[in-house]
Amino acid sequence: MIKIEEKLFQNRYKVDEGRPHIQIANPSVCSSTCEVQACTFACPAACYSATETGGVELNTDGCLECGTCRIICSEHHNVDWAYPRGGHGILFKFG
Amino acid sequence: MAEKFDAIVVGAGPAGNAAAYTLAKAGLNVLQLERGETPGTKNVQGAILYADALERIIPDFREDAPLERHIIEQRMWVLDDKSFIGSNYRSDEFNSEKPNRYTILRAPFDKWFSSKVKEAGGLVICETTVTELLRDESGKVIGVRTDREGGDIYANVVILADGVNSLLATRAGFHDEIAPKNVALAVKEIHFLPQEVVESRFNVKGDEGVVIEIFGSVTHGMVGTAFLYTNRESITLGIGCMVSDFKKAGIAPYTLLEELKAHPAIAPLIEGGEMKEYAAHLIPEGGYKAIPQMYGDGWMLVGDSAGLVNAAHREGSNLAMTSGRLAAETVIALHNEGMPCTAAHLARYKTAMDESFVMKDLHKYRQLPDTLHNNPQFFSVYPQLLNRAAHTMLTVDGEDKHSKERAIRKSFVQRRSLWGLMGDAFRMWRATR
Repeated sequence: MIKIEEKLFQNRYKVDEGRPHIQIANPSVCSSTCEVQACTFACPAACYSATETGGVELNTDGCLECGTCRIICSEHHNVDWAYPRGGHGILFKFG
Repeated sequence: MAEKFDAIVVGAGPAGNAAAYTLAKAGLNVLQLERGETPGTKNVQGAILYADALERIIPDFREDAPLERHIIEQRMWVLDDKSFIGSNYRSDEFNSEKPNRYTILRAPFDKWFSSKVKEAGGLVICETTVTELLRDESGKVIGVRTDREGGDIYANVVILADGVNSLLATRAGFHDEIAPKNVALAVKEIHFLPQEVVESRFNVKGDEGVVIEIFGSVTHGMVGTAFLYTNRESITLGIGCMVSDFKKAGIAPYTLLEELKAHPAIAPLIEGGEMKEYAAHLIPEGGYKAIPQMYGDGWMLVGDSAGLVNAAHREGSNLAMTSGRLAAETVIALHNEGMPCTAAHLARYKTAMDESFVMKDLHKYRQLPDTLHNNPQFFSVYPQLLNRAAHTMLTVDGEDKHSKERAIRKSFVQRRSLWGLMGDAFRMWRATR
């Protein structure tokens, strides 16, 4: 099992505390309507995880701002995606 | 009345910098907005810089641009689980005074390019996210709203160079949300090694560099490729596949990257390296057919925001810089003629694009994305067959070569059938002619 945290640990972030830039629009869609829950395996920063109750949990702290979650949720459009406030979020050193 | 600019450029990547620099150099009053702490901190690329596109904007860029290595050798590898078969092209001609391709690191490169915009007289404001476009009652774009207090700013034209996730263009209704089949997700790491280790490992000296383009079993049959680029004292290693394929396959992107790093062909090349950054980025690979309307009343799309990536040749930043320059040149011409930036006048940008290599190349490969989507054998069956064929021919075991050839031919026909093989050859020819 790969520890994604070890990868993300190398990155530089300026987290906008208490203001997540991405939100799950309607959590009940994840638990009731979405069978694939593609965000839980396709997010390269593993921001999304399946919960024991069949839902999806989101923590945007390690977000790489790639946009995959928004695009892969193409059936339900259940990801409210925005860029972080200016200056916040991932800060690539090398890019 | 708030300050009004001749042009606002959103984003400080290659497309945005090319546009802002060209506008500023021509004496136009240009404002560039970047959401990162400094230009480059939000940007990710392999990354290769194609000199020609930049040279047309800043002819003497080689004097002070942060370049890593100029590429003298390109390897193409087709991987099986344990082996690879490949080709090399290496030429001392690439050691010319003005090399054609360089590896770069985008964070320092974009910062440098942006400094040129400032030198040319452009106003660059960072740490500012544009939240929406301002329009007048006719629908013409007249400025932008930012996340700063009182952050409405006006301009004659807004050039959107805000990258693949162009929320502004989508929300404004300029185009639909990007479809999963038209976009690749790439993940990559940068591994630092002493300069002399990079040079001995890749058989280069000084500033010479090597790139390796990779496809085969590492993508698990998904449409995608991997890459390894040598920088001065680091190696960039990444892999990307179509988002629609990730969804179907149920594989995590970092799993692919870990498998790539562990592959017997790759592991020795990065051994002992220190991983210092992990990045992910979407690449618009829908090609010609997925390109949206690129201009309208008071607005233009450039670079990734307009889906300008030639996936077949792994070119993007040169298309971005060229589109940025052509967009700027269009605005400059209108400015000098005293004409407003209406859709009818900005149509000149599309004409200029159509006449450039950008649209010609994308048009040439317009069938390729569909062909690859519909024929997954190119990413699964063929890499295996090619590697097994090489293995059979190169294993000396007492069996005669004629029988070996027959066995190889049979393996191809068994997996794809004769008609299948001919069809695949035809499909590939048609998709790239």
